[in-house]
Amino acid sequence: MTASLTLVILMAVLFGAGISVMLERSLTRVLIGFLLVGNAVNILMYLMSGTPGLAPILGAGVDEGEISDPLPQAFVLTAIVINLGITAFMLALIYRSWWLAKLGAKGDLVDDEAELAEDAEETADLIRSSAADDEAIQSLIEASDEDPSTGSGQRLDEVDAGIDEEELEREASARDRDDEGSRP
Amino acid sequence: MTAVLVPLVVLLPMLGAATALILGRHRRAQMAVGISVLAAVTGIAAVLLVAVDTSGPAVVYLGAWDAPWGITLVVDRLSAIMLVISAIMLLVVLVYSVGQGIADRHRETPVSIFHPSYLILSAGVFNAFIAGDLFNLYVGFEILLAASYVLLTLGGTGERIRSGVTYIITSLVSSLFFLSAIALIYGATGTANIAQLSVRLAELPQDVQLILHLLLLVAFGIKAAVFPLSFWLPDSYPTAPAPVTAVFAGLLTKVGVYAIIRTETVLFTESDLSTLLIVIGGLTMLIGILGALTQADIKRLLSFTLVSHIGYMIFGIGLSSVIGLTATIYYVVHHITVQTALFLTTGLIERFGGATSITRLAGLAKASPLLAVLFFIPAMNLGGIPPFSGFLGKAGLFIAGAQGTTADASGPAGGGAPGPVWLIWVVIAAGAATSLITLYALTRFWNMAFWRGREELEGYESVLLGSVLEAPEGATVTATRTTPVLMVVATASLVAVTVCLTVFAGPLYDLAGRAAEGLSDPSVYVSIVFPEGVR
Repeated sequence: MTASLTLVILMAVLFGAGISVMLERSLTRVLIGFLLVGNAVNILMYLMSGTPGLAPILGAGVDEGEISDPLPQAFVLTAIVINLGITAFMLALIYRSWWLAKLGAKGDLVDDEAELAEDAEETADLIRSSAADDEAIQSLIEASDEDPSTGSGQRLDEVDAGIDEEELEREASARDRDDEGSRP
Repeated sequence: MTAVLVPLVVLLPMLGAATALILGRHRRAQMAVGISVLAAVTGIAAVLLVAVDTSGPAVVYLGAWDAPWGITLVVDRLSAIMLVISAIMLLVVLVYSVGQGIADRHRETPVSIFHPSYLILSAGVFNAFIAGDLFNLYVGFEILLAASYVLLTLGGTGERIRSGVTYIITSLVSSLFFLSAIALIYGATGTANIAQLSVRLAELPQDVQLILHLLLLVAFGIKAAVFPLSFWLPDSYPTAPAPVTAVFAGLLTKVGVYAIIRTETVLFTESDLSTLLIVIGGLTMLIGILGALTQADIKRLLSFTLVSHIGYMIFGIGLSSVIGLTATIYYVVHHITVQTALFLTTGLIERFGGATSITRLAGLAKASPLLAVLFFIPAMNLGGIPPFSGFLGKAGLFIAGAQGTTADASGPAGGGAPGPVWLIWVVIAAGAATSLITLYALTRFWNMAFWRGREELEGYESVLLGSVLEAPEGATVTATRTTPVLMVVATASLVAVTVCLTVFAGPLYDLAGRAAEGLSDPSVYVSIVFPEGVR
């Protein structure tokens, strides 16, 4: 059995680098180490297939002794697929663990204070948008004050304010309902 | 006929998992799929056991590729026994978890991924038991491990992620060991087929055999939680949901033990590490059980007894005689059911008593006599009290050990003589001590949690109680906790199985004996896979 020296060196380097990275505390590094060692093992398996030869396809005029051993290649392919799946899971796990470390268990909950702040902002927006209307109404009222013959200013003010309050209430109750619905 | 049934054992759970994944939004349909698939596999496994026991091992060459190249599935008596007992256990635990899910309205296991993962775990376990070549065994291990990662970190709480990381990294390292071992074995022999390896490994030089043998043992030892490689187990198992812990504790370590049995009997017929195994078995027993002594939490206590009792099986394998293996196989079956039953009962205790620690449990015997019985039977069984299977298995192991010291006539199965005489007696003594300490640890839990009156719960302070006292106007809150019927039925039926292991010990022990005899002569295994002889 002959083996490629380059591959042997590559495998040794991957093993060494992978194991040293795996010993770190950070999960991401452990994953990188696992990937390196996993590939080192794959190369080891490939090396064990013996002398490299032709593509392992039997056909007319192909000598069985000249083709390379297909079995380790099949093994390596399977191992690569398994490693891929495990890596995907590990990435999700690392993300989750980072999330928990960064935010703790409350990371999953929407903070009450943040929610209140958001509400306050929304209300402020509403007030700001209605401020322009108010100004217009105010100017109307002032105009009516100056000219008592029209007399419609007071009523207009009442109607408008009523609509605003109703809208606010409806929105608030809708938000409450949403919140209840999203809670498990 | 039997040849058709063999691949179904893996195929059905796989297809079931796919179906359950598609039915992710229909929980009832998922449950129906899971339970019916596992019930079908239990039936198939039982048929296989009868067929294999009467007419010899069944072999299937997948895709009609001949043995050394293609994937070979082999079911001999040992495989069939393991298939039957694990299928029964997986089915019972699934029923239990369905009961728990219904009772909790799925708060504990809120994700639709539970059933598919559980079925894939089953497929991996079954695949490992029927694998006829090392690489397929590796794939089986990876299937069950990948599913177990998901199950262990179910819900993704901080605690589960933390304990899951320990488990996952350890398992990954053991898989890398296993794969490297397969690569080196392939390099040395040019095959991964177990039957062919049985012949070719024996032709290798002793030192090469030793390296390969040790590599495989390290890989399987991590999975089986054998002493120096067992520290991951008590840290990672107890945090998972009760049914998941029950499956892991009962089954996953036994897959490792199964692989070690195969390694010792079929693969390395000429390489002899039985002395090492006997020493390690003794150390696993003692150190595991000493860990159990200091635990107040029943889940952690049981995890330590789990590690410790793996030692008995390793000791039995190390004896490398037919009667040693017979006792080991019987012990594996006994331990799968008893350990699972105990963990299921723990789940019930947690629901009923609201805690798992002896510092907070009391008066359970009075509060729930049924629960007390369900705990008492498997606990005494594990402790090795005479009529039960735990006693029979341990007695069988000790007798096998004692015979190994006096007579060589029994014919060592592994090809080598077991270690020095004094060593075996020391390990037998360690085994007896372990049995007593197990009994002590479990009785302590029994006394504290079941027999102690509620009023004796001294020094019990709770944050919740404090706030009740501070609010004198507050009315007393009485919570009525009902234990779901389905969970109790599942636990009770598993306890009934453990009792059956005792009642039908005679025929079962004979069956284990026939399985061990099949293992003691690897040439039978080889000739079944290669009817025309190995090249």
